[in-house]
Amino acid sequence: MVEAKALVKRFGDFEAVRGIDVQVRKGEAFGFLGPNGAGKSSTMRMIASTSPRSDGDLRVLGMDPDVDGPRIRARLGSVPQQDTLDTELTVRQNLQIYGRYFGMSRADVRRKATELMEFAQLSERADGLVDALSGGMKRRLTIARSLVNDPDLLLLDEPTTGLDPQARHMLWDRLFRLKAGGVTLIITSHYMDEVEQLCDRLVVMDDGRIVAEGSPSELIARYSTREVLELRFAPGEQGGIAERVAEFGGRVEELPDRVLVYTGDGERALEQVHGRDVRPASSLVRRSTLEDVFLRLTGRTLVD
Amino acid sequence: MRTSPTTSTTAPGAAGPDATKPDTTKPARRGLLLRMLPAPLYAGRARALLERSAMVYSRAWLVFVSGVVEPLLYLLAFQVGFGKLVEEVTGPGGQTMSYVAFVAPALLAASAMNGAVFDSTFNVFFKFRYNKTYDAILATPLGPLDIALGEISWAVLRGGLYALAFLGVMTGFGLVTSPWALLLLPVALLVSFAFSAVGMVCATFLKSPAQFDFVQLAVMPMFLLSTTFYPLSVYPEPLQYAVQCLPLYHGVELTRGLAVGVLDVSMIGHAAYLFVLAAAGSYFTAKRLARLLLR
Repeated sequence: MVEAKALVKRFGDFEAVRGIDVQVRKGEAFGFLGPNGAGKSSTMRMIASTSPRSDGDLRVLGMDPDVDGPRIRARLGSVPQQDTLDTELTVRQNLQIYGRYFGMSRADVRRKATELMEFAQLSERADGLVDALSGGMKRRLTIARSLVNDPDLLLLDEPTTGLDPQARHMLWDRLFRLKAGGVTLIITSHYMDEVEQLCDRLVVMDDGRIVAEGSPSELIARYSTREVLELRFAPGEQGGIAERVAEFGGRVEELPDRVLVYTGDGERALEQVHGRDVRPASSLVRRSTLEDVFLRLTGRTLVD
Repeated sequence: MRTSPTTSTTAPGAAGPDATKPDTTKPARRGLLLRMLPAPLYAGRARALLERSAMVYSRAWLVFVSGVVEPLLYLLAFQVGFGKLVEEVTGPGGQTMSYVAFVAPALLAASAMNGAVFDSTFNVFFKFRYNKTYDAILATPLGPLDIALGEISWAVLRGGLYALAFLGVMTGFGLVTSPWALLLLPVALLVSFAFSAVGMVCATFLKSPAQFDFVQLAVMPMFLLSTTFYPLSVYPEPLQYAVQCLPLYHGVELTRGLAVGVLDVSMIGHAAYLFVLAAAGSYFTAKRLARLLLR
């Protein structure tokens, strides 16, 4: 569906995307994980054929965005980072006019709008203006709108940023259904749980480059341990702890507010830490996540 | 803008199996002139933008009432008030006419200008900077030229409605004396077209609502100085050339001549001037939108 080789995006002197290779296959959910400013959105905009590439090669649905932009966009759905709903129109009108932009007939867009409002659970707000909707509802409407042309490929740029947990889970549920229906998804996120939940395969991006690629479980297996022991200390008491507990894990990371011990068995490591007379204010044993992969690869956390 | 589907050689690629899916991959047929433009700029569906505007204004139709009230107030002021001071002036072709008959066609051109400038600067600015309406549209097959033509067409249509109202009021006042006056309508459309195209280019340069003062700064003097209220001969010669550069002057020359049926070869030049302005404005609007939104 998407094939990028040595893809580059420059804005003046600034290089936002520094030569990435990506392949997205039909029917999969593919993720771009990385912190803000990693070049995810620039990449997404190039794939969406709304931003010309600066260098490299890009094929979307087998076509070149520079030549066939309108034809590619006709088969894409796009959920931008910020909602771009038409605030001068109602919920229903938003969906209808968007279908018209794709050249659908009036009868088709009427039918499709009703169907999509059902899907997004917005039927009751059909004739209300968009401004009155909550953040979660707006996001659902944006996703519904992106489906008006039955896209083969759906691009979601930070689909759940700024939503409360309940709204996020509802959105994820909708995305699962789409995927089950055969739609190829490309998702960017700086939430590791989101990517872990939704994506079959992902690339980790940092500073315009791809630093790792694989399925969530592959990446965790390759770059992290099975479990992580998190130790939190009272302010000022964390100094020197990392050295003292280093031997209990394959690797130890020290963050400003906690020490992470990477180990196959968290409970045992915790016992050993206590045996060494280290008394954290609190401790937590958990499974490794993509957050740990990112930390390992870049030395930084995803969400600061 | 024709949108009739034609046979196209679209490569099916990895098209979905869903046979009921509308074929949105077919580009609409494009006229010869538009075919010369690069494909990513134009999908031949500017009409969808008109439909959007119609949807928006279906709830705000009251604004069109001002289109009738405005000329009524103007003409009353000039008939009842001004007409008492200045009884007769020399109009096109040297014939004498009442002052209100002299001013009315010029006001028609000026109101076409005002409507077009308002619609294409104020309305476009908010859609462009704040509502991100055009960002959303550019994610569909539509390109910046579709947006430019669609929005300008709406401003022209609106201008046309106002002109029709103005013409109706003028007729009611007995100020229309020649069948040629019917041509005031297309002329008003041309004036709207020129000013909305240029206005929309300007709107893409505006950064904050405060800068609308600059728009006023351009429109106000044009309204007052473009021979709207007195003939060109009032000015000393060097100033006459300057006034002849103003776009509204050309609109006024056309409307004033047609209203009394005095035709002149120079009218072709006036119309051409406005047409060039309209075409250039449309083209540069598309260019600017592409530059700002398709980065």
